[in-house]
Amino acid sequence: MNSVWAVTVATLVKDIRLEWRSKDALNSMLFFSLLVVVIFSFSFDPTAEESREIAGGLVWVAFLFSAVVALNQTWARELRNQVLDAYRVSPAPANSLFLAKAVGNFFLVSLLEAVMAPLFIVFYNLRSLGPSWELIPVALLGTWALVVNGTFFAAISLRTRSREIMLPLLLFPISIPAVQSMVEATRIILAGDGTARFWIILLLTYDVVFTTASLALFQTVLHAE
Amino acid sequence: MKRLFPILSVITAALLAYALYEALVVAPTERTMGDVQRIFYYHVPSAWTAFLLFLVNLVASVTYLVRRNPKADALAVVCAEVGVVFCTIVLVTGPIWARPVWGIWWTWDVRLTTTLVLWLIYVSYLVLRRFSDSAQTPVLAAVLAIFGALDVPLVYFSIWFFRTQHPQPVIGGGGSLDPRMAHVLLINWLAFSCFAFLVCWSRYRLELMQREIEEAHAMESLAGTGVAAKASMPLGRSSR
Repeated sequence: MNSVWAVTVATLVKDIRLEWRSKDALNSMLFFSLLVVVIFSFSFDPTAEESREIAGGLVWVAFLFSAVVALNQTWARELRNQVLDAYRVSPAPANSLFLAKAVGNFFLVSLLEAVMAPLFIVFYNLRSLGPSWELIPVALLGTWALVVNGTFFAAISLRTRSREIMLPLLLFPISIPAVQSMVEATRIILAGDGTARFWIILLLTYDVVFTTASLALFQTVLHAE
Repeated sequence: MKRLFPILSVITAALLAYALYEALVVAPTERTMGDVQRIFYYHVPSAWTAFLLFLVNLVASVTYLVRRNPKADALAVVCAEVGVVFCTIVLVTGPIWARPVWGIWWTWDVRLTTTLVLWLIYVSYLVLRRFSDSAQTPVLAAVLAIFGALDVPLVYFSIWFFRTQHPQPVIGGGGSLDPRMAHVLLINWLAFSCFAFLVCWSRYRLELMQREIEEAHAMESLAGTGVAAKASMPLGRSSR
């Protein structure tokens, strides 16, 4: 267990340091989601009442698209200089590599959300009618739902031709229940329309199921020959 | 085995013809919906066949991951392909039936949405297989099939939370289906299952042949002899 943590933390710190120096993923993701926000607000231009109803969908679709930008770069870095092959032959546990990548992506996407959320509020005149603190568990669970499967499918699409296109094609169908839960929970909270508990529990279930599945199958994918 | 194939083909053709006759002529006309209800005899058996094929795909995928038997992988490909075809039939006949009966083509109801998501997952499965042509493809595809299977119950629950418009399943759902209709439905299901089995069988043989040819090509290029000159040989060997 100790070595799992040690390798996880080492890989995570390495990735964050690399990202901090280059800021490739972060910058492209931030600019991409800014573009999505601007294009959406041109296309819809809603009133405050309408925007409460649709904001959940817009916000999460924007984050989903932007997350794909970062997720695509997760493993690309490890392909240079055959780092991934070195990983395969090293005794480091495969799951700690996966966890480090997933947590790294979680940080990145959470950072993106923290920066973009105020912009959404400004552009769409959002004011929550429900308990707005509930948006925090929705955001955390939703981000993990996108990121855990995204990291896993990025590892799968790494082995295919035109992998940048492949990731969303694999990720989006599987993410449908998660996206629906996030959108519905956000809509219910913003509109103060009852309780979002069912959707939060569903998100939690989704997270538990797919985190377990990813951890169980990642080694198989990493060593697939 | 090879002798069995034409026999089964004839039986299936006869069954399909009989099922068509039963569905269009023998089955009683439904009281409120009228003749359009007869699409039921294609819609429901296709759905059952598609779900059955996806189930076989899942079992074959898990078997492949455990045993690494290439035949299990070939079976998984075949079931996914034929399953997507039957699922497409369900998704096409559904709206044709829904439009005159419900007044709408489509609704985000639990069964419709789950079927659509299942179709999307299996299309992405086929896309993955198409885009990845390395030796790792079977493993990656099997893993995706497992993820898809985990996803389906979650989709079901997430949509179930909304109001459902689709009628309860008539078999085992407490609905009252005319016994003559049930009879026609089961005959159609039998015919569709036989047809699906037949298509899967020939596709499975095709898949094995294709792999044999690819292997022969690979061995030949490893041996350093000209592939082009001897390309006809493995083809000739694997055909009947």
